Amino acid sequence: MKIEHLSELGPGRAGVVEGYDVHDQTTERLRELGLVSGTRVQVKRLAPLGDPMELFLRGYCLSVRLEDAARIRVRLEA
Amino acid sequence: MPLGSECALRPELPTAPRTSSALSKIALLGNPNAGKTTLFNTLTGLRHKTANYPGVTVERREGALDLGGGRKVRVFDLPGSYSLLAKSPDEEVVRALLAGEMGEADRPDLGVLVVDASNLERNLYLALQIIDTGLPVVVALSLWDVAAEKGRCPDIQELSSELGVPCVPVIGHRARGTRALVEAVRSKLDAVSAVPGPRPDLRAAALVSPEERYARIEAIMRRVHAAASSAGARRTVSDEIDRWVTHPVWGWVFFVAVMALIFQSIFTWASPLMDLIESGMMALSETSGALLPPGPFRSLVCDGILPGVGNVVIFLPQILLLFFFITFFEDFGYLARAAFVLDRLMRRAGLNGKAFLPLLSSFACAIPGIMATRTIADRKDRLVTILVSPLMSCSARLPVYALLIGAFVPPIPVLGPMDLKGATLLGLYLLSIGAGLCVAAVLRRTMLSGPRSPFVLELPPYRLPHLKTILSLTWERGQVFLANAGSIILAISVVLWFLASHPQDPEIRARHEVLRAQAAASMEAGPELDARRDEIDRSQAGEQLRHSYAGRLGRLIEPVIRPLGFDWKIGVGLVASFAAREVMVSTLAVIYNIEDGGNGSSDLATALREETDPITGRPVHTPLTALSLMVFFVLACQCMSTVAIVRRETNGWRWPIFMIVYMTALAWTASFVVFQIGRRMGWG
Repeated sequence: MKIEHLSELGPGRAGVVEGYDVHDQTTERLRELGLVSGTRVQVKRLAPLGDPMELFLRGYCLSVRLEDAARIRVRLEA
Repeated sequence: MPLGSECALRPELPTAPRTSSALSKIALLGNPNAGKTTLFNTLTGLRHKTANYPGVTVERREGALDLGGGRKVRVFDLPGSYSLLAKSPDEEVVRALLAGEMGEADRPDLGVLVVDASNLERNLYLALQIIDTGLPVVVALSLWDVAAEKGRCPDIQELSSELGVPCVPVIGHRARGTRALVEAVRSKLDAVSAVPGPRPDLRAAALVSPEERYARIEAIMRRVHAAASSAGARRTVSDEIDRWVTHPVWGWVFFVAVMALIFQSIFTWASPLMDLIESGMMALSETSGALLPPGPFRSLVCDGILPGVGNVVIFLPQILLLFFFITFFEDFGYLARAAFVLDRLMRRAGLNGKAFLPLLSSFACAIPGIMATRTIADRKDRLVTILVSPLMSCSARLPVYALLIGAFVPPIPVLGPMDLKGATLLGLYLLSIGAGLCVAAVLRRTMLSGPRSPFVLELPPYRLPHLKTILSLTWERGQVFLANAGSIILAISVVLWFLASHPQDPEIRARHEVLRAQAAASMEAGPELDARRDEIDRSQAGEQLRHSYAGRLGRLIEPVIRPLGFDWKIGVGLVASFAAREVMVSTLAVIYNIEDGGNGSSDLATALREETDPITGRPVHTPLTALSLMVFFVLACQCMSTVAIVRRETNGWRWPIFMIVYMTALAWTASFVVFQIGRRMGWG
């Protein structure tokens, strides 16, 4: 199964969070917002300038910057 | 008996029993966008006390709730937060409050957890954290109607037993459900006061990892039959709106349209109200002038206090309008989208997406702009935004630009319908934007560098805003401005009045009294005599101003401003215009003894243009000195109201003083460069 970083997913793609490359305040906050291992997350769209991205997870929408999404590993859905 | 055994028997100290006279305190807690403020307004009506928590600029809103039978409790609307492990000043206040670090006066006896029923999973995270601390709570399941529409209403019985606390569904702005909530609050309070529980222990929040807590939440979600469909997002109205609003092309069009609406309203819709306030203040000034006996007290009231108060109140329409729109678009859900669209752009200058609105508003006036920075959670992002907001070219600078461009810039065609006058004005605005972005970038990399706090932005579903909530928040913001900034501005106005009117020279008055008597004796009553009298009045005012401390200050700073091409008269204007930038025009009018009527500024323009140096015979003011002066006005912090509001918003004098210093230094340097280079090039 293919593992990629969340930032590399295009709009409409979805995956399941595997883990984080680094740990800091931002990643702690992302985990608190429900982006923990095993969570299914879908990329809804990118902002007009290509950054940040809008995610759909646990029934709500969240915007994260690409530099932060680049630290999240996701297992792609088939 | 060893100490340890007693501790084992009583692992946690029970709170001291409260005296019956002290009112119970209830805190509304919950995620941002969970409908907390709407519920707060529904519970407490429209009478609130608004202040800041000590030492931080987080708003503290308090209201009263009648539990029935005349039993009142105090209700606090705490800032929205996602977790007790605080990442922003707002969240830190919530944590410190629950921990009792803000003092007993603010520590709640009971929490009302506002949990968005339509976004249950993530909302339960904070709810569980708080329940785990041991704080007695009641859960209010807000936005129940939205959850019902989505077909995702949780089983209330199951949820209550899973969480171990009473859960009550409410629809924020309707009375439905609130009665049951008040009932639940009352019985919980009774239970708490009968058997005081242990103090909430906030260490519990850090002991459970997000992974563990979400595992528990998922189990709860299955039990209450409200699990989100994992099939991804269904097409909703929000999605449809988002397709347009965040569209690569239409997204920008929509953004510009919204900003144009806000901007235009601040500029034009507010102006009739502002005119009304201005004429009201003038009428008040005239009335009190007629009632009070002549003397220093009348002068203090009519020339110091009333215009000072007027300078404060005049901003109120703009502030109310801006906050009406901000609250409206925030409640609607658009503000989050705009930040989403603009984040990339703003980040280049070291700001975040939420800084665009304060900065844009600052083009109308920095006061509401700086107050609007409250939507920025990160402290450093917010400080940088506050510090550069006054660089945006506000509307009070326009009269000064208009005077100087009108007097010194020839209407040479430049491009299409634009002449050199228009191009100069455009250039001044571009200078202000460029300076703002550069200063922001520099500050963010130097004094205010360091790790950014996380920029994660929830994009809540669009909702029809609730008008009553918006109006009440808008009005409270206005009150905050009047009460806090007003007192400082008033004090500075009195000081400036004193500087401009003292010391009084009896010789000047006596000489002009003689002139008046001569005029009255030699001329017949009529328009000619009136004109002569006005002329004498102006001459007296001008001489008096030159003689005053402000006049001396102008002369004192002349050596400093000489290299910029300014003489002492401009210096007096600079000193006086610290009250408000547009005062520059009226002050110069007084100095040049120009009638300050409707055509005052064009007469003044002529006077400025035609004034010559008595020794060299060359003009005192040239297009180059005018340019230098305009550049100075773009960059200098000539506004006491801004200083006052920055003091309030940053809770101290450190940042306002820093702002005055850096802006003045920047303005002086830029004007110096412009004037000196221009002179070398032979333009002046």
